[in-house]
Amino acid sequence: MELITQFFLQLCEMALVLALAPLLTGFVRQLKARFQRRAGPPLLQPYRDLSKLIAKDAIVATDSSWLFRVAPYLIFTATWVAASLVPSFGTNLLFSWSGDLIVIVALLGSARFVQMLAALDAGTAFGGLGASREAMIASLAEPAMLMMVFTVALVAGTTQLSAIAGFMHSGAAGLRLTLALALVSLVIVALAETGRFPVDNPATHLELTMIHEAMVLEFSGRHLALIELANSVRLLLYFSLISCIFVPLGIAPPGSGAGMLVAGAAAYIVKLVVGATLLALFETSFAKMRIFRVPNFVGAAFMLAVLGMLLLFVSAPL
Amino acid sequence: MTAVDLQTWEKKAAEIGQGLSRFVAIWGDASGYCPFVHLATRRKGASSAEVINLAAPDRRFPSIGAHQPAAILMERAIFDMHGLIADGLPDTRPWLDHGTWPGSRATKPYKFKPVNGDGIHQIPVGPVHAGTIEPGHFRFSVNGETIVRIEARLGYTHKGTLKLMRRASIDHAAKLTARISGDSTCAYSFAFALAVEQALGVEAPARAQILRGVMAELERLANHLGDFGAICNDAGFPLLNAHGAMLRERMLRLCAACFGHRLMMDLIVPGGVTADLAHGDEAKIDRELTIVSTQFERIVEVYEKTASLQDRTVGTGRLDPAVAELLGCGGYVGRASGQTFDARRDMAYAPYHDLHFGVPCRDIGDADTRVRVRIEEVRQSSAIILALLRELPDGPIQSPRPPSTSPREGNAIVEGFRGDVFSYVRISNGCIEDVFLRDPSWFLWPALETAIEGNIVADFPLCNKSFNASYSGCDL
Repeated sequence: MELITQFFLQLCEMALVLALAPLLTGFVRQLKARFQRRAGPPLLQPYRDLSKLIAKDAIVATDSSWLFRVAPYLIFTATWVAASLVPSFGTNLLFSWSGDLIVIVALLGSARFVQMLAALDAGTAFGGLGASREAMIASLAEPAMLMMVFTVALVAGTTQLSAIAGFMHSGAAGLRLTLALALVSLVIVALAETGRFPVDNPATHLELTMIHEAMVLEFSGRHLALIELANSVRLLLYFSLISCIFVPLGIAPPGSGAGMLVAGAAAYIVKLVVGATLLALFETSFAKMRIFRVPNFVGAAFMLAVLGMLLLFVSAPL
Repeated sequence: MTAVDLQTWEKKAAEIGQGLSRFVAIWGDASGYCPFVHLATRRKGASSAEVINLAAPDRRFPSIGAHQPAAILMERAIFDMHGLIADGLPDTRPWLDHGTWPGSRATKPYKFKPVNGDGIHQIPVGPVHAGTIEPGHFRFSVNGETIVRIEARLGYTHKGTLKLMRRASIDHAAKLTARISGDSTCAYSFAFALAVEQALGVEAPARAQILRGVMAELERLANHLGDFGAICNDAGFPLLNAHGAMLRERMLRLCAACFGHRLMMDLIVPGGVTADLAHGDEAKIDRELTIVSTQFERIVEVYEKTASLQDRTVGTGRLDPAVAELLGCGGYVGRASGQTFDARRDMAYAPYHDLHFGVPCRDIGDADTRVRVRIEEVRQSSAIILALLRELPDGPIQSPRPPSTSPREGNAIVEGFRGDVFSYVRISNGCIEDVFLRDPSWFLWPALETAIEGNIVADFPLCNKSFNASYSGCDL
């Protein structure tokens, strides 16, 4: 019985992630439009886009191989599984014991790897352009992410996300400069990995400036729908990750009842709203970076994570 | 127009090469029994253009492009349109002809200029783009992200406008002129009207002259405001785009309220204007300009205080003043690269001949400088409109056109928002016999190609937008 409840909760969490992700994307878009004094697309537009894309035929580039057709499924699956490993409204979910933070990084890395291969596979100039830019950013963002993981793991004594969330929630970590640096580092990595300002512009129509969009130019129909959905899920994943490590406020502890779980879900929604508002504000007040400045920006995330780790050994919690 | 012989033509070509005369336009006319080539030039300091005319019975003429690179594209177009060959032209590839017309002269496949070196690869972009812009193909030769060379290939918007205008009545030709470039419809109509008026020997009434100036400046304002935001958008800062678009919309609505058309199309006609300001419209314009100016100053402040935006525009797409001079760049592109020419001041046509205004000119030549020149021009245009409205006399807004029997001709240069628009007409029996309209973009496209070299691929849209050359305007 215990196992069935656990399993049910995990399924709920995975369904919630999938259902909320497009809404979050729509919400950020709507907020950005409001900050620019535009009306913006309706909140539910991403769902409509997805249903439209699924109903359409998928057109596959003539010279592409099997990889091009398989890639969207791989990208989506890897991203979704990674998202289900991150505690959202409650810790100690069933799957969270099957993989830790490093597995999440690896899953996201694999999704990106497949995405880049598929972009190159179609053989167009833009696919190659996007893939090479993505590779440049990834080669800097992934080490920064891992370094951040190590720093947090040193503080919490584990790389297990549920355990980290529990530890942070208990207040045992205290106020630490290390954690502040790790947070900044994770935010920068998240901006780079989800293709947001100032690294990439998710709304651009200029094919020459695209990074992520250039890689998906050749996809259509259900393939594009899966990639778009995977994108939304990735954005949600980073929101969940940041909130469960740094603001685990209200997250339901292991073995809590239905009331606690609902409270956890409510807290989670509030955190998403706050996070999305901050993201939209940030994106409105900065211009996109020149592409060769991005390494400096993402490199800073790595340096901050390293600095955080070093400080851990020479400073005490407040 | 003066018919000249080969020696005089070549002397003129050498004069242009030495910089004594400025090249304005060159076009062909092969409709009659004997083909002709027309060359428009402007002496330094002169307030009118001079057109000479060379008969080319063997369909050949000495190239001007061999002396002045600004003429190369136009001479390539002359071959495409009329089959007249420029002797000594350094680049003989077709320009507008893609080999898809009946009777096309482009028989060989188009060859882009070769770029050799380790790791150089090509990126073809367009003619269909992801955004809503005009069609044009760009061939990038890049080394990683750095652009080694870019070549523009246009000619996707050919409409045969000039051919439609020949043999048409003056009124019909005026309508076609207004539709050459929607964002410069006032400038084109203005240039065409001045040329026709010169040919027929009439002058627009004083009130019409002032109204023309007001319309031309309103058009300039609307375009500068919209483009200011669009440039920021292409630099990755959509906030200012929303505000720029809003200000442009305010201007367009003001135009619609005062003159009955958002873009003021067909309002400037040979002989005068077709729309008048009603009582109280002056106050409306005054009020609206004050609001727009205040809001504009606020978004300019945002532009100047956003370091991340400045980081994108400063130093990007630098056009060397020497190159700008060689290619004859006008408008904000030329004025951001040390070229002081402004037709409103230098050609001194009505109503600007009575006004005193400075021409903002800088010589840094990057995208940021082009933006700043346009900011100055916005301030200046508002002031000019207010000054013109204060002098607005009462009276008629159209002069009657005398009938013309013998062929007569006229030409004019008018400052559009993009640069100087040149127009030439020859009229006989109330019909257009020959006509040519030269868009400033003829000189901007080659300039863009040189300005972009050494920049990175991702900065091309920003550079392109800061030039904002017209695709359609040089493909008539």
